[in-house]
Amino acid sequence: MERFVYADNAATTPVSESVRRAMLPFFEDGWGNPSSLHRKGREAKAAIDNARSRVAAAIGAEAREVYFTSCGSEADNWAIKGAAYAARRKNPEKNHIITTVIEHPAVLETCRALEKDGFTVTYLPVNSDGLVSVDVLKDAITPATVIAAIMFANNEIGTIQPIKALADTAHEKGILFFTDAVQAVGAIDINVKDLGVDMLSMSGHKMHAPKGIGALYIRRGVVIDRLINGGGQERGQRAGTENVAYAVALAQAIEDAVASLDDMKRVQAMRDRLIDGLSAIPRSYVNGSRESRLPGNVNIAFEFIEGESLLLLLDMAGIAASTGSACSSASLEPSHVLLSIGLPVEKAHGSLRLTVSHDNTDEDIDYILEQVPKAVARLREMSPLTEF
Amino acid sequence: MYSEKVMEHFSNPHNMGDIENADGVGTVGNAKCGDIMKISLKIENNIITDAKFKTFGCGAAIATSSMATDLIIGKTIDEALTLTNSAVVEALEGLPPAKVHCSVLAEEAVKAAISDYYKKNGIDKEIPDASCHCHGDSCGCGE
Repeated sequence: MERFVYADNAATTPVSESVRRAMLPFFEDGWGNPSSLHRKGREAKAAIDNARSRVAAAIGAEAREVYFTSCGSEADNWAIKGAAYAARRKNPEKNHIITTVIEHPAVLETCRALEKDGFTVTYLPVNSDGLVSVDVLKDAITPATVIAAIMFANNEIGTIQPIKALADTAHEKGILFFTDAVQAVGAIDINVKDLGVDMLSMSGHKMHAPKGIGALYIRRGVVIDRLINGGGQERGQRAGTENVAYAVALAQAIEDAVASLDDMKRVQAMRDRLIDGLSAIPRSYVNGSRESRLPGNVNIAFEFIEGESLLLLLDMAGIAASTGSACSSASLEPSHVLLSIGLPVEKAHGSLRLTVSHDNTDEDIDYILEQVPKAVARLREMSPLTEF
Repeated sequence: MYSEKVMEHFSNPHNMGDIENADGVGTVGNAKCGDIMKISLKIENNIITDAKFKTFGCGAAIATSSMATDLIIGKTIDEALTLTNSAVVEALEGLPPAKVHCSVLAEEAVKAAISDYYKKNGIDKEIPDASCHCHGDSCGCGE
């Protein structure tokens, strides 16, 4: 038997064959430093320029607007801190940042760090579907506001925000708009010019590139401070010898992802089968919007049971999933996202996240639909709370 | 992150269920904190002849319940009252630091069940303090 179903693609994805093939030559022959003037350097420079163009093309940007980073978190830190410090230096009154309560820690903790340095931060609430309201954003903007940082799609509940409308609102009020699109890039069609965002972050390992590469799109004309000082790499904006192999990997990954966006209809059908099948379990609650949702995201809470136990049982059955339960986190706090959409703590403990991708099959979905109800029933049998 | 012993007790928990007409029942914990343990006892001639648990909680909560009931079956009440959370942790070959509170909950559940037995039988005896306090609320309980 030894069946293994990987349904935790929002956590990370395996490096694809195509990406591995594209990047390997840069560990063999293409190891030069793009800043070197000799042949090895020129080869590496050509490779990274090409990779930058391909990443840019995949999101409708110009090559000069794409900057490689070491990960999505770095891109998030850089966008927000870079914009905040650049604005405040020019005008000390500019000390306000807007974000939402459901952001990834890479954004939330960046904002908290800025609070410690004198900035004020407004954390916008979301509705029970996890959506941010355009009016709420509009009302939060003050003359002191520098930037609004609102995630494209949520990593836990998959809710996709109305980014174009939010960005338009920010611009009407004269502030910058940044979106953490780590979960969205590669999963849905994105064109930065159509959306009108000023900055957008992405991460390679969410779309079959290795961990350790990300990128930040910075619209031409937007000037932010550096996060990493040093040499003149990345047009002088991000120091550090370029990771050519991984930049090439990111380019291949994003190109592959965009080329297979059509297959997302199949992924979405698998997602819907999972949501329909699992929400048939009594006392279960689907978290996040059903309509405005990432094609691969399922998040559902089962009353009377605890998520870590559920994950352990599923792991024993060969299914890799994730939970927003407190007991699975080092902090022993349940998911801030689930609490923000109004889920009571008791229910947040029993949440299960399954994130499927192109690599999954209908047989995987059959297997999950067979195993999850069994595991839920087993834990409910053990639970002293099941008096219904 | 869990020892083999913990996984063994989690995947095949011992003494899971309820005892009909139990002589003592103790429920501790809080759904908000993510764990609730209920231990039921059958007591004859001062000896715990059977113990069962029902637990809402993580893998460690289920494993500590299973182990704690194992450790008190066949013991006298006074012996069961000396069960400490660290004895449960030791029997499970260790718990991650963040999960030690589960073993405290197990100790408290045993004491709560015995206290219930005392109350039902009009026995006026002191229940020793738990070796570490959770006050029935595992949220506030560290190591």
